[in-house]
Amino acid sequence: MRTLIFRTTAPYLTALMVLFSIFVLLRGHNEPGGGFIGGLIAASAFAIYGIACGVSPVRRALYFHPMAISAFGLLVSATSGVVSLFFDVPFLTGLWTTIDLLGLPVDFSTVILFDIGVYFVVLGSITSIALALEEREHA
Amino acid sequence: MADGQWLTFVALILPFAGAAAAPFLTRALGHNAAWVLALVPVFLFVHFAGFLGAIAAGDAVGGGYSWIDSLDVDFSWYLDGLSLTFALLISGIGTLIVLYSGGYLKGHRQQGRFFSFILMFMGAMQGLVVADSFLMLFVFWELTSIASFLLIGFDHGREAARRAALQALIVTGAGGLSLLAGLLVIRNATGANSLSALLQVGDGLREAPLYLAALLLVLGGAFTKSAQFPFHFWLPNAMEAPTPVSAYLHSATMVKAGVYLLMRLNPVMGETALWETVLPVFGGTTLIVGTLLAVRQTDLKLMLAYTTVASLGLLVMLTGFGSEVAVEAAVLYLIAHSMFKGALFMVAGAVDHETGTRDLTKLGGLRRAMPITFAAALLAAMSMGGLPPFFGFLAKEEIYAGIGTGGSWSLFFTAVSLIGNALMFAIGFAVGLRPFTGETVETPRHAHEGPVLLWLGPVVLAAAGLLAALFSGFSHYFLSSPMASAVTGRPVEIAISVVPHIGLPLLLSAVTIVLGIGAYLTLDPARHAMARLLAAIGWGPDRGFDQFVRGTIRLSVFVTRIVQNGRLDIYMTATFIALALSLLVPMIRFGELPSWPVFVPLRFYEWTVLVIALIGLAAVVYARDRLTAIVSLGIQGFAVALLFMLLGAPDLSFTQFMVETLSVVILALVMTRLRLSPADHRPLGQRTLDVSVAALCGTALGLLLLRVSQLPFDLALSDFFAENARVIAHGRNIVNVIIVDFRGLDTLGEIAVVMIAGLAILALVRIQAGKPAAKPAGRD
Repeated sequence: MRTLIFRTTAPYLTALMVLFSIFVLLRGHNEPGGGFIGGLIAASAFAIYGIACGVSPVRRALYFHPMAISAFGLLVSATSGVVSLFFDVPFLTGLWTTIDLLGLPVDFSTVILFDIGVYFVVLGSITSIALALEEREHA
Repeated sequence: MADGQWLTFVALILPFAGAAAAPFLTRALGHNAAWVLALVPVFLFVHFAGFLGAIAAGDAVGGGYSWIDSLDVDFSWYLDGLSLTFALLISGIGTLIVLYSGGYLKGHRQQGRFFSFILMFMGAMQGLVVADSFLMLFVFWELTSIASFLLIGFDHGREAARRAALQALIVTGAGGLSLLAGLLVIRNATGANSLSALLQVGDGLREAPLYLAALLLVLGGAFTKSAQFPFHFWLPNAMEAPTPVSAYLHSATMVKAGVYLLMRLNPVMGETALWETVLPVFGGTTLIVGTLLAVRQTDLKLMLAYTTVASLGLLVMLTGFGSEVAVEAAVLYLIAHSMFKGALFMVAGAVDHETGTRDLTKLGGLRRAMPITFAAALLAAMSMGGLPPFFGFLAKEEIYAGIGTGGSWSLFFTAVSLIGNALMFAIGFAVGLRPFTGETVETPRHAHEGPVLLWLGPVVLAAAGLLAALFSGFSHYFLSSPMASAVTGRPVEIAISVVPHIGLPLLLSAVTIVLGIGAYLTLDPARHAMARLLAAIGWGPDRGFDQFVRGTIRLSVFVTRIVQNGRLDIYMTATFIALALSLLVPMIRFGELPSWPVFVPLRFYEWTVLVIALIGLAAVVYARDRLTAIVSLGIQGFAVALLFMLLGAPDLSFTQFMVETLSVVILALVMTRLRLSPADHRPLGQRTLDVSVAALCGTALGLLLLRVSQLPFDLALSDFFAENARVIAHGRNIVNVIIVDFRGLDTLGEIAVVMIAGLAILALVRIQAGKPAAKPAGRD
């Protein structure tokens, strides 16, 4: 699998795919996309990187253990639901606010936090499975 | 809420708080933490003593809070003479035990943990005896079993302690489950959800058709907890625990929980022919077996343990005997036993602690070295032997008065209790007198009097046994009479005092003492005779328990070998056959097969996609090697994703694309990792089976989908989401809004599952990677 072309293009492809996955994640609320599909795209990006260049560069690039990323995602999702308790509405009720971002009104909500959590869980779990399987030097 | 109510709640919680604090206190104060921790039971004792007046006047104090309204479960307590006496015994003896543990385990590395367990037990036991609602009763009942497990296994480095702990847990835990079932049956039969409500139903339970079932299940709980023959074997084994535990749990309090239960239920379940047969027979048997086995022992603690078994038998026998005087005797004996047996256990522990042995044959002449302990031991032994003027004497008088009321039935049980009491007399003095008299014997450690913490407990308990009898009017008014009233369900006045009253009971008492002295003098030959007899029998319930455990393990190994044989192909075949059958059988059985579908004319590109899917499938089947098959499966998946796209489900199709890609990648990685042969060489028979299972599953799922799509489609949900996605959830993508907002909790659960599955797979991969020698799961 380690052809020269693949190895050279893989990092760029990965970067593009990760960017795209974030795009898909953020637009998910109104257009096709969302955390789950975004996470899958990012996971396949890292899987490709791993196949092309080996597992250790991916692990270095990710910095955190993929499972830790997954756990972080679950924590984010769960906490985004807890926020609603402070406003005396049931657990996981979506709360919305508009933030003025450099003069641009941006809708912000606990729902997008939740979706980001989903993104990380999927990304982390699938990546950790893929990387563990790709790690052939221990086999 | 009233102040008293609040305080009782605190009293129920406090031991658990103390248990949490104990390790830290012990780290700070060493063994002197006992003085501080003893304040917990002291508070309990004082608090419950405050109810004495009201309860002696004939009231019952209830209280509590509603807990789970929808299930009709309350956190409620009920204090009458029975529970109050128990509560006072638990907290009173508990105080002495905490202090005693401070001396007994002084310098032990885990003393803090020990205090913690003891207080935990105290809380559980306290809760058990004052609990009103059935649920609380059961929870505290099981908590005492768990605390007992922890305490017996305290010295967990020794295998005997671990075995004894497990044995006690299994026997009493199983009994607890039986009790739970019994309580449920009682609730079904009477509608009562708490003890106080149950006590109001009168004859309702006795006349219920489920009476027999309820009785047997409750007895299952009571007999295991109170070590009745043939479940008695766990109690002597529990002597593996440190002595304070034996004194507290396994003689004074926990083992009496079964007796407590029987006494508590006596007003509603007693006075039937069944009750008055089963209880005396089992209790009497336990009494005789317990005393005979006690004769066999030379270990002080084991001798006491078997007499405890015997005493519990005596209590059960008296409770079930069916006469009011017998119940009074049970009440008196229970109080007396808690005091003298607790004291004797602590004496045995002190002797063990100071001399290094508790073998009766290796002890002697300790009266000079340990005078205070000796005094306490002698007083306790006299109470156990039923000598005047001790509380044990009152109890024994009442026993004979209660049993000897006429008929051959009572003649038989009089003989039983005569033998039992005489032997207990002998054992009591063997423990309380023999180590202290005679020639001084060299012991592993040079004997001298223990510190105050070690002799305070036995002295107080032994003295209490004397004082309670001397001021019997006082103790009857506050303790015995209210308790007997609660057990019989009618007001009862106990009048017996140390002033001798000429009559049959006194004569029987005298006979008991004479027989007892005879037994004491011939204890050594009797022991050898018993040893020979037991060796001749060979088998006992204790060994039976081991056989039962071994048998269970063997059975489970056998079943596991069949069900979990470790062959992935068999698991998958079984799973898929089950899937196909569970789909097909109901469809055929209930005539729900789909009607012939109406085909709509397809467009050119739709045909193309379908053909691509079919080509992919054909390629999977005819692929020459596995890698090609996996990739071809991906082709088929992509074609389906395209179909979703064409039919207007972009999100679904999007996800399908990614899932297919990742499945191909991961499957390929797994395949290379498993080092399978590149091609598939299944024998023809296996192939035929696999093909048929696959075809069956495919057909079944296809039929199901056809059938589902032919049912009328309810649009209510779709309409709701379409209408509200923008309004409520501020999103135009309905699919996404459903996932993250409307069904957010589902998604939270799902991502948790995704993560756990990831962890599990990671672990599996690691195992394979770590052990190259391990047999691969899949084979060719």
